[in-house]
Amino acid sequence: MYQFLYDLIGNEILAGLLVAVVPLTIILVFALFGIWLERKVSAHMQDRLGPMRTGWHGWLQTVADLMKMLQKEDIIATDADKTLYNIAPVLVFSGSFAAYAVIPFSSKLLGSEVEIGIFYVLAISSLVVAGILMAGWSANNKYSLLGAMRAVAQIISYEIPTALIVLSMVMLMGTLSLDKISQMQTSSFWNWNIFGGAVFGLSKFLLIPFMFIAALILFISTLAEVNRVPFDIPEAESELVAGYFTEYCGMKWGMFMLAEYGNMFAVSAIIVILFFGGYQSPIGYFGNSIGVQWLVPFEQGFWFIAKGLTLVFVQMWLRWTLPRLRVDQLMTVCWKYLIPYAFLNLIIIGIISLL
Amino acid sequence: MALKTETMVLNMGPQHPSTHGVLRLELEIEGELILSVKPHIGYLHRCFEKHAEAMTYPQVIPYTDRLDYLAAMGNNFGYVIAVEKLLGIQIPERVEYIRIIMAELQRIASHLVAIATNGADIGALTPFLYLFRDREYILSLFEMTCGARMLYNYMWIGGLSHDIHPDFVRKTKEFIIHFRPTIIELNNLLTFNKIFIERTANIGILPIDTAINFGASGPVLRGSGLPFDVRREDPYSIYNRFDFEIPTGKGLVGTVGDCWDRYYVRVLEMEQSLRIIEQAIDNIPEGDVHSAIPKRIKPPKGTVYARVENPRGELGYFIISDGNLNPFRVKVRAPSFVNLEVMGELCKGHLVADVIAILGSLDIVLGEIDR
Repeated sequence: MYQFLYDLIGNEILAGLLVAVVPLTIILVFALFGIWLERKVSAHMQDRLGPMRTGWHGWLQTVADLMKMLQKEDIIATDADKTLYNIAPVLVFSGSFAAYAVIPFSSKLLGSEVEIGIFYVLAISSLVVAGILMAGWSANNKYSLLGAMRAVAQIISYEIPTALIVLSMVMLMGTLSLDKISQMQTSSFWNWNIFGGAVFGLSKFLLIPFMFIAALILFISTLAEVNRVPFDIPEAESELVAGYFTEYCGMKWGMFMLAEYGNMFAVSAIIVILFFGGYQSPIGYFGNSIGVQWLVPFEQGFWFIAKGLTLVFVQMWLRWTLPRLRVDQLMTVCWKYLIPYAFLNLIIIGIISLL
Repeated sequence: MALKTETMVLNMGPQHPSTHGVLRLELEIEGELILSVKPHIGYLHRCFEKHAEAMTYPQVIPYTDRLDYLAAMGNNFGYVIAVEKLLGIQIPERVEYIRIIMAELQRIASHLVAIATNGADIGALTPFLYLFRDREYILSLFEMTCGARMLYNYMWIGGLSHDIHPDFVRKTKEFIIHFRPTIIELNNLLTFNKIFIERTANIGILPIDTAINFGASGPVLRGSGLPFDVRREDPYSIYNRFDFEIPTGKGLVGTVGDCWDRYYVRVLEMEQSLRIIEQAIDNIPEGDVHSAIPKRIKPPKGTVYARVENPRGELGYFIISDGNLNPFRVKVRAPSFVNLEVMGELCKGHLVADVIAILGSLDIVLGEIDR
């Protein structure tokens, strides 16, 4: 995409900036849409209507909320560590924003063609942990501190099963590039990794059950990494008020919110790319069949976002159905169940891929 | 060399999402582990007992509404029974039946709030809204009867403020038909949810002897396995005419007396309340609800203690009369106040998240604790 813009404009800096603006636009629009969707999903699950007054079915509600947040007074507690307190939301937001740089929305809409894409995503999203710890510590609030402690313990623990599953997929696909992984799962949903990938023969059928397990483990552990129910203990509003961002208000609080929704889509995108064919259409392309080639990237974008939103919807569905786990139970799930199974899965997938 | 460490004191409340009002808990914690819990009360103190001394007997009734504001009917009930005992007057049958139907509807409404908030504290927000939706039915029944949704001032000494609405019987039956499936839905969604059981089973175990020693009552005591219910042990009004069971904690998924047992006792009690209403609703005799209300209430000298089974436990009124128009002394035995005292015992050795689950399972109302 950078190359395309560079050819178009002929200015390196301008093209680079434009490339950076695209994921920012996507994350902002998605966060606005995601918050609205969360409200509507929760409302309809709970026998309510949700926002109805601002625009059609309240679609302007989040925009109005954003306006409100921008206008709010920025209060910083007297005893807070002001430098860290101000850096933390930016750091958390940039962590989730930067992950979008390598996510291929379609074969043409790709912020940066990085060969080690998946590795980059895992690395850059760890920035969030630092931001959260900063936020919790600098606010000088006991609830914030407890929330930050929980968050850091949780996110670091759940990175291990995530990494193990990603490792097994990388081993199978032989590449770290998200774009290449997407390309390999082309032409039909039968070639998606969840159905064993674009290989033939016995090993494909042997792989299917382990792929399902891997997808499930990845989904659970990413759910924990983005602090969603039933793993939302860092924010646990009934225990810790709001966890690590208890003291924040106005747009700084909004940054945490944007980061949360940005992360939700980012992890869904990773699962989609690794298991559900990335931007590939499950039923072939309309553009190909009528011979209009430029339509294909748009169709790919549509499929990618549709798949991602489906997973986001599942996250919301779980959030409004399940209660919250306790901190020790959360760790038990991770260390006693997910990591051993993920490790076993890694070994078995390795053996099968050798067959 | 060992590092010098200190424990942290965390003030939970009075402004906190799940302290059920303005309770302040002083938690001494080490990381997430609770070393001690000290409840601090008094943020909602309104001098009810002192106020009552300056009021005439009927004027006290609206104040009793505000004790346990989630079960105002039960509070009225206890007070009017105490004064009627002091006066020694006979109540018409119709009044007794309507009072019992109201008290049982109120018990369901109150347990719905208890269950809903207990679930919401643990993170299940959807059952919360479902149960509040069903509580709305009961509140509109009350509204239809006396115009108020929360603080009714409905039961008067010797009678009731209003007779029931002509539609009341039909609508109550509709509610029963509507409500039974809700209990099943609740059980599917929350009660037997794996995560909910993990969070509440074997948490905050209250052994039966501790419960008795602390004087706990209501679902807190019954959750520990003792089938003690004032409606059965010391039947007031006409409770001895109805057939109902007293559910107790059985330790179905954990240990007897844990948070889940206290929670489940409430679920089962709602079913029993429905049974009582079903038995009463068709047998309401004809009559006038105002006929026995004395014109001038001036009880003879003496003392009286009357107790009723409120949703939160044994609610007792001790009234001293010196023969004047206003009581000499009114003392309330508030079940929440007594039940809250076990908090310190229950929380030891648990985690911060469990404090919320335990507090939710005790189901306290601060209006009653502080009075």
